[in-house]
Amino acid sequence: MTTAPAAAVRPRPATTGSVYRLTDRIGLGLAWLLGLLFCAIAAAIVIYFLIEGIRYLRPSLLVTNPAAATSEGQTGGFLDPMLGTLIIGFMAMAIALPVGVAMAVWLSEFGRPIALARVTESVVEMLAGEPSVVLALFGLVLFGAPALGFLSQTTHGVVLGQSFFATAGMLSIVGLPMVVANVREGLQAIPAHVREASYALGKTKIATTRRVLLPAARPSVATGAMLGLGRVISDTAIVLLLMGGTLTFQSANSVPVLGLLRGTGDTLTGYIYYNAPTGDGNQPSKAYAAAFVLMLMVLAVNVAVDYVVSRSRKAIRWS
Amino acid sequence: MDEDDLLGRDRGISQDQRAELGLGALVFVVVGLLLAMFAFVLHEAWASFAHNGLGWFGPGGSVDQQIQAIANSGQLKEAAIYTFHAWPLIWSTILTTAGAMVIAFVASLFIAVFIVEFAPQGLRRILEPVVRLLASVPSVIYGLAGVLVIVPFIGNHLITQSEKASVTPIIQLSGASLLAAVLILTVMIAPIMIAVFVDGLRAVPRGWLEGSLALGINQWRTFWKVGVRTARPALVAGTVLATARALGEAIMLSMVSGGVPFAPNPIDGLIFFFEPSQPLAATIIRNTEALNSPAMKATLYAIAAVLLFSTAMLSFIGWAAKQPMRRYGMVT
Repeated sequence: MTTAPAAAVRPRPATTGSVYRLTDRIGLGLAWLLGLLFCAIAAAIVIYFLIEGIRYLRPSLLVTNPAAATSEGQTGGFLDPMLGTLIIGFMAMAIALPVGVAMAVWLSEFGRPIALARVTESVVEMLAGEPSVVLALFGLVLFGAPALGFLSQTTHGVVLGQSFFATAGMLSIVGLPMVVANVREGLQAIPAHVREASYALGKTKIATTRRVLLPAARPSVATGAMLGLGRVISDTAIVLLLMGGTLTFQSANSVPVLGLLRGTGDTLTGYIYYNAPTGDGNQPSKAYAAAFVLMLMVLAVNVAVDYVVSRSRKAIRWS
Repeated sequence: MDEDDLLGRDRGISQDQRAELGLGALVFVVVGLLLAMFAFVLHEAWASFAHNGLGWFGPGGSVDQQIQAIANSGQLKEAAIYTFHAWPLIWSTILTTAGAMVIAFVASLFIAVFIVEFAPQGLRRILEPVVRLLASVPSVIYGLAGVLVIVPFIGNHLITQSEKASVTPIIQLSGASLLAAVLILTVMIAPIMIAVFVDGLRAVPRGWLEGSLALGINQWRTFWKVGVRTARPALVAGTVLATARALGEAIMLSMVSGGVPFAPNPIDGLIFFFEPSQPLAATIIRNTEALNSPAMKATLYAIAAVLLFSTAMLSFIGWAAKQPMRRYGMVT
């Protein structure tokens, strides 16, 4: 934070009497106006969801499952969608994190042949801007293939293609670019002489990576993982198409964990979409409560990122 | 694993080579799978493009009826019907994306300048986490706020009865409109832009700004002419990222844009902003039930291919726009 002292030392325009032309005044005024407007909008969004969330959130909603009923009092809560969000977030990151770290290490430390490195870079960059609905559409066909039938349910020889596995598989692609970009940035921020010192001690390149570079880049790994997780739990299109849209968990068979993961379910985003006035459920109060819980989760992820970043600032000083 | 490290001196070359090969193979497989995915989308889309030619992108007939016919052709086991003219959807996508991008860019630029240079210290400390929080709010939550607050407000207060009556034979003005879509999309993508802009503006070398200030240039002009100019690569990067997000936004837009494949017409005057539409991405979401019809599958994949191509072009444009700025030495 070098800006703070500099800003304090710099003489204020009013005291130095710099010439402010009309266009400058307009620009400055606009910056203040839009800045304050942004504050107002942000506050409005946060306060609105806070009020509506607290108004509609009941502890019972957190521990009961959605149920089919005609009156709003009997349609239950969103225990399963909430667990679904947690499970999906964990599964997707369990795929995206190791793969992303490996890709980042390869890009930053090896990167040969150059052609493959260039292609990888552009594919990962493109993936970051990829509409998730395209991934969802692709996943629907991919996991509907008979060869991948063991990841979802098969009825009368037709593979459903909708399951926790399918959703997590596609969502891991959503989280991947965040992990790769952050870990790579972290690795590249480590000065070359650190690597050279490790080589001088007789460590191999891969041992250096594992013992020196990755531990040093741990904050970047954590940041990447958290940002990826944030993207994963807030995605809706993939969940909507690949989770099957059954509000409760429907296990594929009676095998404890695998049956569940091969079965269908829902996450909070899917639940909110279902209960919005445009969805089939149309119970705004439930949607508000679920949105509040989801916002809390996103907030927790954000706070975790801030914590990691602020701790890494005072961690290691090379040189 | 310690033994490996100790023995590394003797087996160093082979161990490193093994690691490099392993990691390289993993990257190769992942990238190969992703490229295969892009190729698969284009391959599946081909049938729809082949049947319609360039007419796919043009206007003609009612998109609703065409989609209905495409979906039914699968159920009736008849010859597949591919006829599809997507102009209303494309036009809607262009309007919402471009509208949100332009508004969000101008606003974000001023807000980022405000945050970096002019905001009081206390406000700045609050604003930065808030920007990041808003950038990560799920789109379905924005959609929920839109459909419960913005859409009814527009429907009840901004659109007059006479305006509703004037277009009744063609469309219904319920409030789910171009205006609502652009407004919420702007609020959604602006934080993404602001976050990138702020990073870029903060990276401007302090000495450059101080040099300008020392010449007696006022603070605003200094920052606008030196800071913002230097940070241009970040402005491009942020805009590309946010526009890609807007282009592919399906959930929120399917909630607030009206879900009617109607091409809003600027000649209609003020009503133009209140007309419903349906962008490309939202069309995919709304029609996946009929995916078992081969023609529908090809059509939806064609829409996906258009989105894929647009986002790829967008990131290419971003890359190309940054090339002349390389001499500033701030392109990452």
